[in-house]
Amino acid sequence: MLSSILILICAIVFPGLIAVTKAKFSGRRGPSVWQPWYDIFRLLKKGSIFSTTTSIIFQVAPVINILVLIIAALFIPFTNKYAGFIHFEGDFLLFIYLLALGKFFIIISALDVGSGFEGMGANREALFSMLIEPAIFMIMAALVLLTGQSSLAEMFTTFNLDSSSSILFVVLSCYILLQFSLIESSRLPIDDPKTHLELTMIHEVMVLDNSGFDMALVGIGNALKFSIFGGIIANVVLILWELPLWQEVLIFILIEIIFAITIGVLESFRARLKMIYNSQFVLTISGIAVVMFLMILLLENHL
Amino acid sequence: MKAQNQYIKLKNGSPILTADIPVLSYNDFRVQTIKLLLDFDKAHCSNYFAIPKGIGFQLIVIIAADVNHDFLVFSHQLLSIETALESLTQDHFAFHIFEREIHENFNIQFLNHPWLKPVRFAHNRADQSKQIANYPFYHFDSTEMHEVSVGPIHAGIIEPGHFKFSCHGETVKHLEIQLGWQHRGIETLMLHKKTDLQRTLLAESITADSAIAHTLAFVTAMESLSQIKVDANLNLERTIALELERLAIHTGDLCGMCTDVAYQLGSSVFNALRTPIINFTQRWCGNRFGKGLIRIGGTHYPLKEGLKSDLILVLNEFESRFVEMAEKTFNIPSVIKRFDGIGIISKINVGLLGCVGMVAKTVGYKRDIRLSHPFGYYKTVEFEPKTCISGDVMARGFLRYQEALQSIQLIKTMLELHKSELVSSKPDYKVVLNPNSICVSATEGWRGEIIHTALTDQNGQLEWYKIKDPSMHNWKALELSLRNIEISDFPINNKSYDLSYSGHDL
Repeated sequence: MLSSILILICAIVFPGLIAVTKAKFSGRRGPSVWQPWYDIFRLLKKGSIFSTTTSIIFQVAPVINILVLIIAALFIPFTNKYAGFIHFEGDFLLFIYLLALGKFFIIISALDVGSGFEGMGANREALFSMLIEPAIFMIMAALVLLTGQSSLAEMFTTFNLDSSSSILFVVLSCYILLQFSLIESSRLPIDDPKTHLELTMIHEVMVLDNSGFDMALVGIGNALKFSIFGGIIANVVLILWELPLWQEVLIFILIEIIFAITIGVLESFRARLKMIYNSQFVLTISGIAVVMFLMILLLENHL
Repeated sequence: MKAQNQYIKLKNGSPILTADIPVLSYNDFRVQTIKLLLDFDKAHCSNYFAIPKGIGFQLIVIIAADVNHDFLVFSHQLLSIETALESLTQDHFAFHIFEREIHENFNIQFLNHPWLKPVRFAHNRADQSKQIANYPFYHFDSTEMHEVSVGPIHAGIIEPGHFKFSCHGETVKHLEIQLGWQHRGIETLMLHKKTDLQRTLLAESITADSAIAHTLAFVTAMESLSQIKVDANLNLERTIALELERLAIHTGDLCGMCTDVAYQLGSSVFNALRTPIINFTQRWCGNRFGKGLIRIGGTHYPLKEGLKSDLILVLNEFESRFVEMAEKTFNIPSVIKRFDGIGIISKINVGLLGCVGMVAKTVGYKRDIRLSHPFGYYKTVEFEPKTCISGDVMARGFLRYQEALQSIQLIKTMLELHKSELVSSKPDYKVVLNPNSICVSATEGWRGEIIHTALTDQNGQLEWYKIKDPSMHNWKALELSLRNIEISDFPINNKSYDLSYSGHDL
């Protein structure tokens, strides 16, 4: 439960931190860290407008998306000390597919609108999600292989750094998870969340027709998603040391903050990719994950 | 066969009598036009328009001979609207937009024109049944292709224009751009407004990002039609203003291009760099776009000693930071990958379309009024335009960088020549124009050549006023460079051209 609460807290400052970092690096004063939340509260007070061409799917999708993300957050354990609020054998499968379910609903709600833009965005999002999916599975499979457990909580409890393959795992999975979260959350270099150009958008174009309350839910969902990935990275790092609880909590939050700032820095000094190279980029990340898994297989003498 | 070369040679901004324009039979007119335009390096079509004359229309073509500083002008008298003309577009595609415009305004028929669609839906167009709503879009009858429509209302604060993409998956097979949403009627207003101040203000508002270039073209036309001599000092001030405009807009466009590829550092630095330039223009004349600066016969805002030293400081500060940022931008792999080889337009297509200005220069044509038909300060120097060869987004970005540097050098040279102790006269808003005259006045705005053509009647009143913004030629280039590239590359292409909606929707 502790990690879920921490993730929620971090989600609050996450979008603001990225924005402030980017502003500082471009020499501007930038908005307050709380600005994204001022926007979300403003939107929460408003009603939503639904196009007459949409059906019930468009109306429920943002709610389902936020719900599954909250449930997914409940799965995350806090290092090896506390299990997640929900945990059972094989829960990592449900965790991954909960995230996919939220995305699935956003994609079909985009198709539901029937606009030329949104179908385009849905198509791109579906493609890149499909290509990145092996990466997260390879990370999970490697964890299962290293620990012999199939529940997120058990995995982190059993995980230890005794073998060289564990160190390999920590280093590579941190990198893969960072890139994975950039892709999943539609940040540079795959997508540009700040752009106003519909034709180049991936995620933003799918929620063009959402307004008011629904838009606020989408915004909260994005922040939460980031924070969940940050939480997983924090867990992977924290199992390196055995520390008192208060220090671990501090480091957990610190890692989330560093994660946000890293994204801000990465986005400040590079241009986004040409759309056609996106799939190559995504596949490369998945490829690294596969190589990592195979190396662990070899090192653990399972082959 | 008639004798060769039935045209009159005209210098930039020097008036002649309208009666001196040779009138040819349509066949000769057509043959001569096509013959003159055979070599894309030597000549291009600057303007082609019709004016009502007698019971019919006079079709006047202005061809810019790029090597010997002349405009070649000749005409055809169309006696009746019933006579359909064989279109010039079949043989020289650059005429497509002009013939469309003539057809839209006067219902003159052109045979075998491949694309005779409305241009700007003026309120006084001949055929009112042609509405924006029933614009005949090109349509693929295919179950595999899909269409994406963008605009006329766009995200961000830009002008109205409708873009229809016919796509196969993510690939654009065809883009059609439909403009004409503004219905401003500037050319008609030019004739209705009787005072010169009103007309100057109109010229300033043709397109705000080229306010100085358009006003300069207008003012030059009026001055030459009324034989007002402009002293060298005032010419220098005007040219400095024109180059400042080029510098500011090129910097702003580099910012826009960086924004479109999500390169934040370049975006914010170029944006910040543009500000001191336009702020200087504001300190000079009270308007950041230089409105109010260029006036007929004189100026309200002489370039005083204090302003000059101010400008030198601004430029020195600007130059070092600009070069540093531009070198960085054009050397970062992620930016290069987004600019290089994107949206290529071939040299032959640019030649066929008769593109001018930046688009022509990015494929290697030295089409620059500052070189080919010099005006103001450029008459006294040998100007050498910068060119690129690749015709892609990179070329359009890099050319901006090079031209901006060139502008800085030009301004610095001009500041040395400028004598701030000489006071220019005040503007003259009551000019008397030569009767029965025509004057072609051209300036090189940052987009390309801006051609204003003024005709006066026997009382010295403006009879016809024709404006041509470079965007008229160049929009088609954007359509062509989108062929067979990804639809997500449209925004960066569009920004790299940065064509004017208002310059097209006069």
